[in-house]
Amino acid sequence: MSGDFTKRAPIALNDPTLRRNFRRAMDGLMLKRAAQFTDTQAWAELRERGTAAKARVIARLPELLELLEAKCTENGIQVHWAESVAEANAIVLDLLKAANVKKVIKGKSMVSEEMELNHHLEANGITAVESDLGEYIIQLAHEAPSHIVMPCIHKNKAEIAQLFAENIEGLAYTEDVDELTAAARKALRGEFASADAGISGVNFAVAETGTLVLVENEGNGRLSTTLPPLHIAVMGIEKLAETLDDIPPLLALLPRSATGQPITTYVNMITSPRKTGEKDGPQAVHLVLLDSGRSRVYDDLELRDTLRCIRCGACMNHCPVYTRVGGHSYKFVYPGPIGKILTPQLEGLDCAGDQPHASTLCNACVEVCPVKIPIANLLVRLRTEAVRPTTSLGVKGAGSQRSWRETMGWRGWAFMYAHPVVYAVATRLMARLGNLIPANAPMLREWTKIRTKPKFAGKTLHELAREKGYDHE
Amino acid sequence: MSDLSNAARSRIMARLKAAPTSVPPELPAWSPPAYLPDERLARFTALMEALHSEVYEVTAADWPERLRTILSNRGINRVMYAPATQAGRQLADTWTNDAPTLVAYDRPVEELKDTLVSGVDAAVTTTLGGIAETGTLVLWPTPDEPRLMSLLPPIHVALVEADSVVDNLAGLIAQAGWAKAMPTNAVLISGPSKTADIEQTLAYGVHGPKELIVLVIKRV
Ligand code: SF4
Repeated sequence: MSGDFTKRAPIALNDPTLRRNFRRAMDGLMLKRAAQFTDTQAWAELRERGTAAKARVIARLPELLELLEAKCTENGIQVHWAESVAEANAIVLDLLKAANVKKVIKGKSMVSEEMELNHHLEANGITAVESDLGEYIIQLAHEAPSHIVMPCIHKNKAEIAQLFAENIEGLAYTEDVDELTAAARKALRGEFASADAGISGVNFAVAETGTLVLVENEGNGRLSTTLPPLHIAVMGIEKLAETLDDIPPLLALLPRSATGQPITTYVNMITSPRKTGEKDGPQAVHLVLLDSGRSRVYDDLELRDTLRCIRCGACMNHCPVYTRVGGHSYKFVYPGPIGKILTPQLEGLDCAGDQPHASTLCNACVEVCPVKIPIANLLVRLRTEAVRPTTSLGVKGAGSQRSWRETMGWRGWAFMYAHPVVYAVATRLMARLGNLIPANAPMLREWTKIRTKPKFAGKTLHELAREKGYDHE
Repeated sequence: MSDLSNAARSRIMARLKAAPTSVPPELPAWSPPAYLPDERLARFTALMEALHSEVYEVTAADWPERLRTILSNRGINRVMYAPATQAGRQLADTWTNDAPTLVAYDRPVEELKDTLVSGVDAAVTTTLGGIAETGTLVLWPTPDEPRLMSLLPPIHVALVEADSVVDNLAGLIAQAGWAKAMPTNAVLISGPSKTADIEQTLAYGVHGPKELIVLVIKRV
């Protein structure tokens, strides 16, 4: 099975601090979310509404993208299209260079993580400063986010205190959260004031009005999109809402599913750059629409349900795998259940082929997903695609996990089950000789590594049943 | 749009349009919570307070004086206001010399950046209304009352007309016809700026205001 998850997960499992940090955080998030949806009837109705809203976006995606582009352009927001992350990076860099930008301040954006935008900008002489507290912390630590909503959830107070003491001038080591927060405010205020551009993501882009909706608690998102003279928003081509009327139900689902808050502190709706007479706001607003494999996902009627995701993170908070191994085990930008279905489709089954298998199919994610993405079904579908491609365009890297040993194994199995005589001989043979097979035989090694090899009964089930007097199987 | 972007656009759109189609589902009925008229304001106030905001009931006549007391008690020195709004005029007209200094947001941010970033302690803005469901303020910043007023100073004071508090956002958007005329920026505010990024411990004022003071103007 190719992919890094198989290698990374055991390392995370053996890290007690990491396990503790995740366990505490995830337990809290699960309780808080549950407290928001105690009225099951209301939750069901709201969820149906939100799901339909996003399903309609996906069904009408091409026309809605055209509408969004037209409306944004009409409003003075310039729209750019990028097929790959390289193209998106080039567009952003060109815009920044044209405006002679030396420093950008960033709001939290998973698409910009997908683009590895910070690296790209630094390599081209532009400083990129993350301003979301969690993102700021991991930027100081030179790490990647381990959760899509709470990027530094893998770190505890002591680790953050150490990081701040080392990196923020004049700050003595303190574990007081208020002091740490105040220190970050002070350090980042200066960055906001001196940044020449702000870069943000988008939670929902409303096609009907050409409005970019951003949710956040800190105010750094509003600052990044208001204070600098230039604002560039980056988003995946699927993150649309059809109408403004869809925003209230989607807003009622997103923060409650994500952090158990009824609403985020700020809901920021941007419809145009600064107009004549207005005293603040950016002079220019750009929207970069990134495909990067999404249109390929779109080609399959079943798999395209993946594109409904509103990135709330509830699936990972409730995943028995994610909560134990943490976000970095997945290596790619999107961890947890959504990552397990999205990453193999965007990056390819050839390099993330083990991810759809990193699941017990327990369905916990499906039960909490606010837009009812059938994650478990899609995992099974991707497992199939990995060995036996079914669609014409196909998932990237489909068929790459096929191995002759597994194929032969299943063929033999099928043959045995289709031929009663062979079946009877083979099962009897196994019953008699099974206990002689060493536990570390090549075929069994993966299984017996962490389990005891079962003991064979000596007789087949058929034989035992007959002895007990059952004459029908 | 550059040639590169244009080419990307046609390829992306071509792929999307070539994909199999499905019928968009109907939107099922959904009704956001509604409240009785006398519950509405109580809920708004209770939720605002639960979200770490201070709420005061004031009248259209006495709010500048009430505000002066609230701010002086905190030792506030400089308060930003919007001189061209009606509320701004009322504030300036009734302000006395011993009160905190009033600082006008009367020119573009480029000429006022330092003051905004670190030169005032509080700012006063009006609001379009409030939302009872979530304890939320609705702001549509204007040329006279710009966006950064509710964001950069450490304390944000918001004036809310009691009559402008509605049940929920969905109703507001539909009734006021937002879709037909969205402003440059519309913002919903529920409490002061906060974060829980460090061990899920709540801390206020990480970037935006550390304190939110809401003056609910009741009709007498
Ligand atoms: S798949 Fe569902 S639960 Fe997971 S992040 Fe997306 S919307 Fe949230």
